[in-house]
Amino acid sequence: MNSHLHLPWLELSIACPIIASIICWRLKNESTARTIALVACLLTFALTLGEWFDFNTLSTFSAQDSNSVIYLVFGTEYFVIDELTAPLLSKVALLFGLTVAATMRSKAGRFSLVRTLLAEAIMLAVLSCSSTMLLCLMLAFSTILPWYEMRSRGRNTSVFSLCMSLHLGLMVVGTMLLWFGHDRPLLSNIAACLLVLSAMLRAGIFPGHFWIVDLFEKCTFGTAILYVAPMSGAYFVMRLVLPVVPIWSLHGIAVLSLSTALYAAAMALVQIEARRFFAYLFISQSSLVLAGLELANPIGMTGALCIWLEIGLSLGGLALTLRAVEARIGRISLEQYNGMFDQMPLLGSLFLFTGLASIGFPGGLTFVGMELLVEGTVDVYPWVGAIIVLATAINGVALLRAYFRIFTGARHIATVSIAARPMERVVAITVSLLILVVGIWPSPAIRSRYHAAESLLTIRQESGIDRDSESSQPFSPSASDGSKKHASH
Amino acid sequence: MLMHVCAMMIVAAPAALTLNMGLSLLLGYRLSERRLALTTQAAVSLSAIAAFTLLIKMLMTDQVQYTLDLGRWVDLPVEHFHFTFKFLFDRLSIPFVILSLLLCGVISAFANRYLHRDEGYTRFFLFFVIFLLGMVVTSVAGTIETMFLGWELVGLSSALLVAFFHNRVNPVANGLRVWTIYRFADGAFLFAALVLHHLTGGGDLNLMMGSKPWPESGCVIDSRQALIVGLLFLVVASGKSALVPFSGWLPRAMEGPTPSSAIFYGALSVHLGAYLLLRVGPMLEQSLALQWTIIGLGGITAVYAGLVGRVQTDVKSALAFASLLQVSIIIMEIGFGLRYLALIHIIGHASLRSLQMLRAPSLLRDYRRLEDNIGYLERIHQAARPSTTPGSFRIWRYRFAMERGYLDTILDGWIATPFLSLFRWFDGIERRLVMFLSVGDRKQAVMNATETDEMEAS
Repeated sequence: MNSHLHLPWLELSIACPIIASIICWRLKNESTARTIALVACLLTFALTLGEWFDFNTLSTFSAQDSNSVIYLVFGTEYFVIDELTAPLLSKVALLFGLTVAATMRSKAGRFSLVRTLLAEAIMLAVLSCSSTMLLCLMLAFSTILPWYEMRSRGRNTSVFSLCMSLHLGLMVVGTMLLWFGHDRPLLSNIAACLLVLSAMLRAGIFPGHFWIVDLFEKCTFGTAILYVAPMSGAYFVMRLVLPVVPIWSLHGIAVLSLSTALYAAAMALVQIEARRFFAYLFISQSSLVLAGLELANPIGMTGALCIWLEIGLSLGGLALTLRAVEARIGRISLEQYNGMFDQMPLLGSLFLFTGLASIGFPGGLTFVGMELLVEGTVDVYPWVGAIIVLATAINGVALLRAYFRIFTGARHIATVSIAARPMERVVAITVSLLILVVGIWPSPAIRSRYHAAESLLTIRQESGIDRDSESSQPFSPSASDGSKKHASH
Repeated sequence: MLMHVCAMMIVAAPAALTLNMGLSLLLGYRLSERRLALTTQAAVSLSAIAAFTLLIKMLMTDQVQYTLDLGRWVDLPVEHFHFTFKFLFDRLSIPFVILSLLLCGVISAFANRYLHRDEGYTRFFLFFVIFLLGMVVTSVAGTIETMFLGWELVGLSSALLVAFFHNRVNPVANGLRVWTIYRFADGAFLFAALVLHHLTGGGDLNLMMGSKPWPESGCVIDSRQALIVGLLFLVVASGKSALVPFSGWLPRAMEGPTPSSAIFYGALSVHLGAYLLLRVGPMLEQSLALQWTIIGLGGITAVYAGLVGRVQTDVKSALAFASLLQVSIIIMEIGFGLRYLALIHIIGHASLRSLQMLRAPSLLRDYRRLEDNIGYLERIHQAARPSTTPGSFRIWRYRFAMERGYLDTILDGWIATPFLSLFRWFDGIERRLVMFLSVGDRKQAVMNATETDEMEAS
């Protein structure tokens, strides 16, 4: 039985952006709507922080709201907070708040505040969802908003529709088979396979990664960031795939994820458009997270969870920087040198800082996270760890190449000041300080992620999935032995 | 207690300086030139005084090693994963950190005047203090992870300083090349660190290299393991010290301002690879094959640098290759196990080369002054001796030297270009696939996007 929080934090944090989106929808004045959206985002962030602190006081793996309206109406509780999601909820709320804050007034017409607030509510609901069916429903809802935006902008939605339909279809069929074939091994195995494929599509694992690039090309930058940065694909893996898929299969996907990380890193290096560069950088880093989660050993999972926590913020900061530059000069080409540094030194510095933090440079949580991840990978496949090192090295080169192409190599002449606005400065300072504080003092974050990893592995062990699959395991026994040794801790 | 305070001060002063400068720039507080120079010099002086005091105290008490343990930054005891902040002060690290601090102090005083009123003054000092922190941390690191942290900081600051004149394309392109080589070398460092972790159960340099203080310590891993890890470290050292086949970046790095060229590629940064090999010296002795590989690589680089350096037509490039020649001799000394000689060679060479680099812009004036004082320089103006080598070989040798051994061409042609071409091809395939799936509307969508973006830009 779950513990109870002292207040209905989860419901409040989900209801707040929904109410704000309704108000914004009814308002005619864009400026007022923007202020309300910003206040709502800040309030939501405060509520998620409140639920995190409240949860920490309970010393339990998961907790649910007290005095919940949903419980009163439906007689059951659908939203829970646990060690995995507690910091993620705050991170997602912060990311939405920063994106709204960094949106220029001149772009308010193109970036829908109503849809953004709805997306925030859906994403928070996804991360707090305890019911599998509701999770599937929320994941399906979350795809509608970017799709609608692409439609309303007159862009082709075929690629996004195809990939997301496939993802949702596989997810629904897989869940149904799991539900009905609970006591039939064949159906359970088919269900697990379908869920794995669905998760790979959502998380952008090769060859199902190109929809992310397409999304960044066709959506507004803000919507694309907010759709992919919370990494709902990784969450899907944790909730639906990890408990039902045998260890040998998870390790197989981990190798595929690592290959995707390397492939996407190399692709980021050859891009000639900033958005595509960012998309591949994101795919590479998120694949590393997924690989760590699929290793299913505490150390690798801890590393992956640390990177997950950090890259949402650092890559979010990087994307907001690119978005700010785009808002001033239009789509950024990496074919030529743009020389923006003298015009916008703060944004240039933020680009470099957040980018380096995301690829595991000292100063960010990813630095330790990457070491943990490599250590966890080496435990399972000794030489495969080199792929992570190589992918990170290539990402570093791609990042500095992009920095040099956007901010240096020429002198950009502007007739008016295009330096960072006060609100963008606030966003830059917030992101940088958060990255720095967590990077300098990573111990609490790592301990919390380690507990989360241990708890998730305990749940997996209790499900007995590895015992069932031992007889039919096609991979070398040493691999699973290693992971079991870790899991037993 | 005094030793503890001094050891803390050596590391804390540059760290506080970097944090102070970074935060003030982030918060939009513009530091004046005077204040920047003062704070930098104060931090360097404080750190250097602490290092000297620690050295004197250790000499007085006959203590050959002091360890400053700042505790575990990250600790997962069940998994045996520790990230320990430990600093080691011994007969290797103290001379090297004193050298680093003295040279950084001199260069900061020089740069204060050299870059006076330059628009990149603040930027230079920001990169400079990051470099200083990286050097200090790398020099006195007591664990492999701490050393890696410092190593990364040195790499980043070096690449950004090569691209210091960032409104021109050449410095930026050269900065990217330096960074690329550093990143791959750093990757080898990370992997070597992890392999060592697995072999020795921790990242403590003292434990890895035996219980005795440097240079007497004995290694705890066997010869086969030492060969694997040692080769990885050799790749790391080759990247940082510009050994063959990575030598191409060294003359390119001279695009940066003179103070950075002096400090990085003449004095400190280029010796960091040799320092790393000295630090893991006991491990190198475990494998004879590894020792001969190091000697061989040092020898090849020495011949290369000697040949190429003779045809350089600008003083900075000539000095860069002269520097490389000496570094490769140091590497050979390390291979032969002459650790003290290598350390003395590093200190002497770094000091001399810094002076030469800093005087490089006024070389002609220096020569004129020399001639005025001692008369006609016979050695410089003597006629070239007739060569004894055959003509065709002489031409080949000249071309080889002029093209800097074709090293960049080989790396570009055999590794970089095929790699990039392959992924450009993949990119083309992905674009075609997306276009195929976005039937019909694709063309219209691209046109719409272009129109909208033009509107956005306007």
